[in-house]
Amino acid sequence: MATAHTPTAESQSSAGDAALVDGSRVAVIGGGPAGALFAHFLLQMAERVDLEIGVDIYEPRLFAKPGPVGCNMCGGIISESLVQNLALDGVRLPKDVVQRGIDSYVLHMDVGSVRIATPNEEMRIGAVHRGGGPRDVTEANWESFDQHLIEMATDSGAKIIPARVDAVTRDDGRLVLQVRDGEPQTYDLVVVATGVNTSILKTFEGLGIGYERPQVTKTLIREYFLGQDVINETLGTSMHVFLLNIPRLEFAALIPKGDYVTMCLLGDEIDNALGDAFAAAPEVRAVMPADWDPEVKSCQCLPHINVRGVEKPYAERLLFIGDSGVTRLYKDGIGAAYRTAKAAARVAIFEGVSEDAFREHYLPVCRSITSDNRVGRYAFLLTQLAQRLRFVRRIILYVAAAEQATPRRRPRMSSILWDMFSGSAPYSDIFMRMFHPVLIVRAALAFPATLLSRTPRSTPGAHAAISTKENR
Amino acid sequence: MSEAALGRLYEDGEIVVRQGEVGDCLYVIQDGTVEFLTEEDGTEVILRTAGANEVFGEMAIFERQTRSATVRARGPARILTVDKKNFMRRINEDPSLAFNLVVTMSHRVRELSHEVVQLEAELRSLRAGAGSAHADG
Ligand SMILES: Cc1cc2nc3c(=O)[nH]c(=O)nc-3n(C[C@H](O)[C@H](O)[C@H](O)COP(=O)(O)OP(=O)(O)OC[C@H]3O[C@@H](n4cnc5c(N)ncnc54)[C@H](O)[C@@H]3O)c2cc1C
Repeated sequence: MATAHTPTAESQSSAGDAALVDGSRVAVIGGGPAGALFAHFLLQMAERVDLEIGVDIYEPRLFAKPGPVGCNMCGGIISESLVQNLALDGVRLPKDVVQRGIDSYVLHMDVGSVRIATPNEEMRIGAVHRGGGPRDVTEANWESFDQHLIEMATDSGAKIIPARVDAVTRDDGRLVLQVRDGEPQTYDLVVVATGVNTSILKTFEGLGIGYERPQVTKTLIREYFLGQDVINETLGTSMHVFLLNIPRLEFAALIPKGDYVTMCLLGDEIDNALGDAFAAAPEVRAVMPADWDPEVKSCQCLPHINVRGVEKPYAERLLFIGDSGVTRLYKDGIGAAYRTAKAAARVAIFEGVSEDAFREHYLPVCRSITSDNRVGRYAFLLTQLAQRLRFVRRIILYVAAAEQATPRRRPRMSSILWDMFSGSAPYSDIFMRMFHPVLIVRAALAFPATLLSRTPRSTPGAHAAISTKENR
Repeated sequence: MSEAALGRLYEDGEIVVRQGEVGDCLYVIQDGTVEFLTEEDGTEVILRTAGANEVFGEMAIFERQTRSATVRARGPARILTVDKKNFMRRINEDPSLAFNLVVTMSHRVRELSHEVVQLEAELRSLRAGAGSAHADG
């Protein structure tokens, strides 16, 4: 194949010992969180070991622009664990990126609401805009999360190529990228970070490398403008999650940002009608302002979410990170993008870029996420059960509230709810705790009380505070 | 107005960590300044200060010991806690996470070595001064 002569480094081409050397060229396809973080960490680690490499990020989106051209559609929650890990890695999330610090979750059910807060009222979770904002924004008064990360990557030395990659082929072991109206470019390592909302993944299935696209499902996101003051008075600094018995709806959340509220829905064959049904639910109306009109939305999209990652997210000189490879089920997708991006960078610098190196050192990180998802599926089955069975919802509410009424008691139910919604602990960890004998005894004891429909009152402000209110 | 939205806001003079307490987390300063102090015979000795992006509290976690100094906000400061459990879990998967900490700690060791050299020099000149004063007297 005819390629423009681009100076690739003299590195060993025999399989098994391919490595990045001075002058190596690395391409990152997609500059979302996975791609931008990978580029940043790769260049940072390369510098530490005195390696000079070039990194090109191909990204057609403009993350500073409002509307779909600048947005990688998502709820925009930066999980507790990701906030902490980024801070340790020296990645700062300033105030104009974090549109709202989140210090609590409120679980809403037909039987009542439970508030689970962090100790000491600490803002442990960040709510961000992924792009320049909803369609109706003319000038954003914030910096988008994706823009922030991509600037960090360019500060570290990455070059942005504002183009969509149309084709990837192999030439003598190395990979060649093609963009429209551009010369083909040869690279020593290609890292795919395209997410799942793109058609290019099909190309990789045709490369004969054993790659099969992730399984996806459709979701619904809407943005509503409420204004900062109204949000402060209504949703406040809590993320609101809903366990409602609405047909086809599995999970729903309202996430407050600066001036906007993001509505996120997961379920079967998600469509507008389901969004409307959710917006009409009394539990939703109760937390939104009285004059809120669900018809007046600033933006809406139906993006895909990765629900089953790929089995083999690598090949010789080729890696799949973030959503295009393996991610966490339903939660903390950006956190998983961070984990796979950083693992990929580490392996590429310290272990090489051969298929063997990736199998040995990159695959285990992906596997640990995948196997945890298997447990996660069971954990979500249990929440689905709660969604269907009213008495289970009552027990959840009762036990959580009772834990609160006795502050010295270990908040077992509330910590499970917290970790389940915040996505900050591995599912295996949460699942084990679900079957802790003490919790089971508490639930069993609560059962008769729930029949009498009494919910213990709670005191606000305590560790993992839970406040309950009965919804009519 | 704080430049950060994450972590907890501490008022001027508020204690973040108390010397002698058992530590189960470390901290990353998001915004503002903190000072480190110890009490020697009832008098407060300010050891050093730290600002945005700096990590502290890691010693108690690594050495499984109590906090070696009291940390107090100097002016309003926003500070994020990092749970020991999350930290240990992550560092197990990603040892490079410790890199920034190693940089911070080696920076501190360098500063301390510098201080020791300075103190020794001062001590020597004091002794010399005292010696010559004695000879004169
Ligand atoms: C409804 C919903 C809610 C979610 N909520 C959250 C949440 O609150 N918190 C959380 O952590 N995660 C959440 N997620 C998951 C999260 O969105 C993803 O895990 C995350 O965006 C993955 O990052 P990524 O970089 O892998 O992919 P993406 O963010 O999808 O970025 C991929 C990038 O690749 C670019 N690209 C695609 N094709 C090409 C090409 N051919 N050439 C060049 N560039 C290309 C795109 O333009 C894009 O910028 C949610 C997902 C959905 C669907």
